[in-house]
Amino acid sequence: MNSISDTLDHPEEGAPGQLPVLARLHEWVVTVDHKRLGIMYVVVGLVFLLVAGLEATLMRLQLAFPDNTVLSPQVFNRLFTMHGTTMVFFVGIPIVFGFANYLVPLMIGTRDLAFPRLNAFGFWLLFYSGLLLYFSYLAGDGLYGAGSAPDVGWFAYAPLTGRAFSRGNSTDYWNLAILISGIGTIATSVNLIATILTMRCPGMTLGRMPLYVWMILVVSSQTLIILPPLSAAQIMLLLDRFLGAHFFDTQAGGSALLWQHFFWFFGHPEVYVLMVPGFGFASEIIPVFSRKVIFGYALVAASAVSIGFIGMGVWAHHMFVVGMGSTPNALFAASTMLVAVPTGVKIFNWLGTIYGGRLRFETPMLFCLAFLFQFLCAGLTGIMLAVAPFDWQLSDSYFVVAHFHFVLIGGLIFTIFAAIYYWFPKATGRMLSETLGRWHFWLFVIGFNLTFIPLHFAGVLGMPRRIYTYPADRGWDVWNLVASLGVPIQGAALVLFLINVVLSLRGGKPAGNDPWDAWTLEWLTTSPPPDYNFETIPEVRSRRPLWDLKHPSDPDWLHE
Amino acid sequence: MIGLIVAEASLLGIFVVAYLFYIGKSLHGPYPQDVLEVPIFNTMCLLASSATVELAVRALRQGDRRRVGTWLPLTALLGVVFLAGTAKEWYRLIVEHGLTIGTNLFGTTFYSLVGLHAFHVAIGVVMLTLLTVFAWSGALQAAHAERAELVSWYWHFVDGVWIVVLTVVYIFGR
Repeated sequence: MNSISDTLDHPEEGAPGQLPVLARLHEWVVTVDHKRLGIMYVVVGLVFLLVAGLEATLMRLQLAFPDNTVLSPQVFNRLFTMHGTTMVFFVGIPIVFGFANYLVPLMIGTRDLAFPRLNAFGFWLLFYSGLLLYFSYLAGDGLYGAGSAPDVGWFAYAPLTGRAFSRGNSTDYWNLAILISGIGTIATSVNLIATILTMRCPGMTLGRMPLYVWMILVVSSQTLIILPPLSAAQIMLLLDRFLGAHFFDTQAGGSALLWQHFFWFFGHPEVYVLMVPGFGFASEIIPVFSRKVIFGYALVAASAVSIGFIGMGVWAHHMFVVGMGSTPNALFAASTMLVAVPTGVKIFNWLGTIYGGRLRFETPMLFCLAFLFQFLCAGLTGIMLAVAPFDWQLSDSYFVVAHFHFVLIGGLIFTIFAAIYYWFPKATGRMLSETLGRWHFWLFVIGFNLTFIPLHFAGVLGMPRRIYTYPADRGWDVWNLVASLGVPIQGAALVLFLINVVLSLRGGKPAGNDPWDAWTLEWLTTSPPPDYNFETIPEVRSRRPLWDLKHPSDPDWLHE
Repeated sequence: MIGLIVAEASLLGIFVVAYLFYIGKSLHGPYPQDVLEVPIFNTMCLLASSATVELAVRALRQGDRRRVGTWLPLTALLGVVFLAGTAKEWYRLIVEHGLTIGTNLFGTTFYSLVGLHAFHVAIGVVMLTLLTVFAWSGALQAAHAERAELVSWYWHFVDGVWIVVLTVVYIFGR
C-alpha cells in the first residue's frame, strides 16, 4: 500500500511499472484532491495556450505582408474568435483557478477545499466545455455541410449572432461552451470563498493571510457577481436563436446595445479576475526574492478590494464609440481613471518592497520585474484609452489590441511564468533549470516587445483590428512585419520552456521542502505535498509563519 | 450557499434589467396592461410558504418529527400551487391572447423572467419534496437542521425574487 501511495504522490518519480499507466490515469480522472485538480487545470490551460498561440501565429503570418493570401477572410475571422475566446476562458481562467486550487489550501494550512467533489465537477465542466468549443471545427455548420468554428469575435456582438447573420451552429458552440465553463467557474469560486472564509488554520486571521489568498478572495467574489450576467445574456441569446425571442433582435425592437452592456459588465471585470491573481503572484514572489516583507501589506489587500469594486463600474469604457451620450461617457472615463489609483498603489508597494532589498535575480524574480515594467506600459495606454475623445480616435484599432495584449501577456502571462518557476518545485519536487529559464525569459521579453510595441504604432496610424489583410500604401507594412518577426522568438521561448519542464521532470535538481527560503505555509510541507498536505495542522502567529520557525529569536509576531 | 445566492441574484438581476429596459418597447400588442392580472393568490401562496418552511426548520431543530413531516410537505404543496397558478396564467396568455415568447418584446422578457423564476421554484419544490421523503422515512434528524436550513435559505431567496418580479412585471410593467 505504501509503495502505491508513494507512486501516486510522486507520479513522475515512481519506478515505471509499479502501477500501470491506465491505473494511474484512472487515479487522475477520479481524483478530488485539490493539488491534482490544480495541476490538471494548469496543464489544460497550458495546452490551450499552445493552441491559441498557434492561432495567433497563423494570423501574424497572414498579416506579415500587405495583400497576403495565406488565410481566407473566413478562416481569419474564425481564428481571431477562437484565439480570443480560448485565451480568456480556457487559458486565463483555468490557470488562475488552477493555481488557486493548488495554493489556497496549502497557504491557509488546510487539507483540501471545502467541497472537493464540487471542485472536480468544476474542473471537468471547464475541460469539456473547452473540447466542446473546439468540436465546432468539426461540427459548427451542423447539417449544412462542412464544419466551421465560431466567427463572431470573442465578444459576439448582436445582431451578428442572430439567426439571420450567423447560420449553422457555430455560434451555438461558442455560446454553450462559454455558458458551461461559466457554471464550472462559478462553482469553483463558491468553493474557494467557502474555503478561505471557514477553513483557515488556527491563528490565521484575515489580516495574516498571504496576499495571494486575499487576491483569490477578491477575484472569486467578483466572479460570483460578473459571470452570471454573461450566463444570463447567453441564455437570452439561446432563447433568441432557438425559441424566436427578440432580446437582441433589432428588427423587433430589441437592442444590440443591451448585449454590449451585459457582455462588458462581465467582460471588463473579467480582466481584473485574470489580473488580480497575477498581482497575488507578484506579491508573494517579490518579497521572497527581495528578502524583505511586503511593503504595506494592508494597502495591497485593500487596493485589491477597491480594484474589485471600482472594476465593476467601468465596463462601458469599451463602448465609448456606440454613442451613449456625454454624461455616461464622462462617468465611465472618470471611473476608469479612478481604477488606476489602486493599481498604481500596488506598483508602488512592489517598488517599495524591492527598494533596499537584497535582490536575488532568479527566474521567478526576473519575470516579476519584467511584469512591473510591461504592466506599467499597459496601464499607461489604458489611461490614454480612458479619455473618451482619444478612444473615439483609436477604438477598434491595433492600439487597443496592443494595449490589452500588454495587459494580459505583460501582466498575466509574465506573472504566470513567474509562478510556474516559483511553485514548480513544490508541485513536483524538482527545480526547473535556471539556465533554460533565463533563455526562456529573455527570448520571451524580446519577442513579446518586438511583437506588441510596433502594433501601437500601426494602431495610431489607423490600422483597424480584425482585418484579414491591408493594402501596401498605408504605412503599416513595417510595423506589421516587425510584429510578425517577434512571433517566432516568443515561440522559441515557449518551446524552451516546455523542454525545461520535460527535462526537469526527468532529472531536475531535487527541490527539498523550501528551495527559495520562503515564508508561507506551503513551503512547510514536503515537495510534492502528501495527500493530506500537513501531518499536523500548523498554527500561525504572524504573516510569515516560516520566518518565525526559522528565526525563533526574532519572530515576526513581536513586530506586527 | 450565500455565494450561490449572490450568483443567482446576479443572474436574475440581469433578466430584471432586461425586462425594465424593454418595458414599453414592444412594437405591437398584446401589451402587458391589456393582458396581465396581478396574481394575488399566487403571491400569497408563495409568501405563506416562506413561513411554513421556517416553521419546519424550527421544528427540526427541536427534533419534533411530526411537525417537520407536516410543514415540509405543506411548503412543497404551496410551491406546486404557485407553479400551477403560473401554468394557468401562461395557458390563458398563450391560448386566449396569443402571446408567446416570439410575439413581441413583452412576451420575450415576460416569459424568460417569470419562467426563470418558476424554474427556480420548481428546483425548490424538488428539494423540499426530497426533504419531505427523508423526514417521513426518518432519515432527517435534528442533526441535519443546518442542511435543511440551507434549503430554507434558498426558498426564502426564491420568495424574495418573486417580490421583485411581482413589482417589476405586474406593477411597474403595467
